[in-house]
Amino acid sequence: MTATVADADATAPAAQTPTAGPVPVGRILRFELVKQFSAWRVRLLILLCWIGPGVLVFAIDKQSTLPSDTLFGRWMHATGWAGPLVALGFAGTWALPLLTSVVAGDVFASEDRLGTWRHLIIAIRSHRRIFAAKAVASLTVILLLVVGLAASSTLGGLLAEKNLPLVGLDGHTLSPGDAAGKVLLAWACVLAPTLALAAIGLLGSIALGKSPMGLLLPMLVALGMQLAQMLPLPVAIRLALPGYAFISWNGLFTDPTQIKPLMIGVVVSLVWAVVATVLAYLLFLRRDFTNLTNDGAGRRVLALGVVPLAVVLALTAGVVAATTSDAGGTGITQAKVQKSVATAFGHLFRLQQTQMYHSSVTEAQLATTASCLKSEGLGKQEGSGNDWRCTITFNVPGNNITAQGIYQLDITANGRYIADGDGPQEVNGYFLIVTPGKVVANPLWQFDGNVDLL
Amino acid sequence: MDTTVAIRGRGITKVFGDVVALDHVDVSVARGQIHGLVGPNGAGKTTLLGLLLGLAVADEGTLEVLGAPVGRALPAPDGVSGFVDGPGLYPTLTAKQNLATLAALRPRDAVTSDIGEALHEVGLAEVADDKVRGFSLGMRQRLGLAAAMLTKPKLLVLDEPANGLDPSGKKQVHGVLNRLVAAGVTVILSSHRMDDLEALCSEVTILSTGRVVFSGPLNKLSDETRELDYRLRTTDPAAAAAIAAETPGISVVAGTDAAALADTDVIVVRAQVAALDQLLSRVVRADIAVREFAPVVSPLEAAFLDLTEQETDR
Repeated sequence: MTATVADADATAPAAQTPTAGPVPVGRILRFELVKQFSAWRVRLLILLCWIGPGVLVFAIDKQSTLPSDTLFGRWMHATGWAGPLVALGFAGTWALPLLTSVVAGDVFASEDRLGTWRHLIIAIRSHRRIFAAKAVASLTVILLLVVGLAASSTLGGLLAEKNLPLVGLDGHTLSPGDAAGKVLLAWACVLAPTLALAAIGLLGSIALGKSPMGLLLPMLVALGMQLAQMLPLPVAIRLALPGYAFISWNGLFTDPTQIKPLMIGVVVSLVWAVVATVLAYLLFLRRDFTNLTNDGAGRRVLALGVVPLAVVLALTAGVVAATTSDAGGTGITQAKVQKSVATAFGHLFRLQQTQMYHSSVTEAQLATTASCLKSEGLGKQEGSGNDWRCTITFNVPGNNITAQGIYQLDITANGRYIADGDGPQEVNGYFLIVTPGKVVANPLWQFDGNVDLL
Repeated sequence: MDTTVAIRGRGITKVFGDVVALDHVDVSVARGQIHGLVGPNGAGKTTLLGLLLGLAVADEGTLEVLGAPVGRALPAPDGVSGFVDGPGLYPTLTAKQNLATLAALRPRDAVTSDIGEALHEVGLAEVADDKVRGFSLGMRQRLGLAAAMLTKPKLLVLDEPANGLDPSGKKQVHGVLNRLVAAGVTVILSSHRMDDLEALCSEVTILSTGRVVFSGPLNKLSDETRELDYRLRTTDPAAAAAIAAETPGISVVAGTDAAALADTDVIVVRAQVAALDQLLSRVVRADIAVREFAPVVSPLEAAFLDLTEQETDR
């Protein structure tokens, strides 16, 4: 541009226009929240999360057939505290990845879609503050949705079956207060993997812009992690995946609690959340908003997105392997299976005695043991599969005799199993027990259990 | 420090990968004027506007906006407002909410205009509570202008603000811009609409392939360009054509698109501005009434085509 006034350097006094101070993050956050809550899909999600689970849990509870293939589903008629745990199992598989996709996966991409980035940068003039406000806003909405899921499903469960004791994953009974605390803690634990998925959502939203892939990334990652959990992977890799805490909360419902896998899962999820957020931040800072179709973006996504997260996965797996014993195997050994099945049977036998108003018996009196074989003893006695068969031996209360019962076990790669009674009828009984005043499910007909992988 | 200069840049260069978007551009724009920015697609207009708005920083060179240096660690100063590639509006919010949220992002003392007043100014007061989702392109443009005016702009950077406007909306926007300039605001106006630029701008800059090919007053641009074609509509086109043919420096153009128009009382002549005075005085002296006399292509458009084609051919 040739200077039309360039040479007219007047000697007027300096009147430099000051640069305005930065806009407080609180104000930007409010702006982001207004945008979030004005979007129909977010309003719909809030409505669904605060009403849907309660209605669903209540409705399921009123059915005669319960979702016994879902963890704690078989106990929904017994206590109101089973409902929120069934909802938690479903949320970890589908709802939470979907919510993080819709909220975190879109928080940056929506500006690309609406063409509002430049407007925002001009108004705020700080990439750092925009990033912080958007991250906190999406986190706020996600927390609101998770709290809604937890509160609604708890309310639905309690309205349907009241505040009664809950049978734990190893058959021991938790008092209503204890159950309430652990249900709350379990929901709190899944916040960690939810944060990790949210951070991956932020990363995808920035890296992939208005591409649908950005929105789908948390869902795809969650799906990938679920598939990985179904494979017979070494425990170290299983625990190094940020979605493991979506599963490991069930360790809270055993006695003693299987706290180590849960803690590792939570820490790993938080590490992923931090790393993915930092990477998203670095990508955002390097973005050029005058050139919205910068062809260098693909290389940056690879360099600042995919490669670092792969390194985190490898490092985490290495640390878990180095600090825990037997982390290189599947974690499902014959000894662990036998111990778990014997413990669960002992607890549930006592429960059955109580339900049938028989005289109480201690576990020491029962002296339950289990002998388990995989594939009829052929091959390696380790790992997941539906070919585990256990023979339970215990002292029959009141009689000086020993009884045996057979259970077929279907153990999944993450250690969870369903034990299905295979006779004799005197031990397994029938599907239902008629007790004075109520017909209840026979706890020894079929029961859930969990093998501690560590 | 020069208080009469709104923008001063020296040797500004901006590169995207292998593409040189701006190539050692010198910029100087005086305060209190509407300065047009034109150029073919890919000339570097949006990049230059982005630098002015603080969306990016130059790879080389220096840039001062409203007397304050702009750079990587120095964002554009307060008082700079505007939009590039259309106004950024949120469709799920109403017009009023869009402005209110924007106002909330600004330092409190920087927001001087009342939201209602700004909406009234651009003719959107009646749809203040309607969601932007249902707005036409022209309405969005006007709301974007209201958003830019909501703060206390000393420099307004607008990219195609008349895009999608009907004649009434265009008149309203022109009125707003003229009032702002009268109040001392500097406006940088990028547009492909030469009629808008000619109606509003006192000076213009033409960019081509990242370089400045012209910058200065519009009349200077007109002087510097080649001969232009003019439509001359008279009561006696045959006599007018004969006079034109005899007038030095004038040639009667035949077979052009303009001449092919159905108007039988129109001739098209080609001349420099100076020769036109003689032609018109001769036509009038011959008792031929002049009903219309206008350039077929505006001087700015002709210069634009001429200069940018030269640059492309280089």
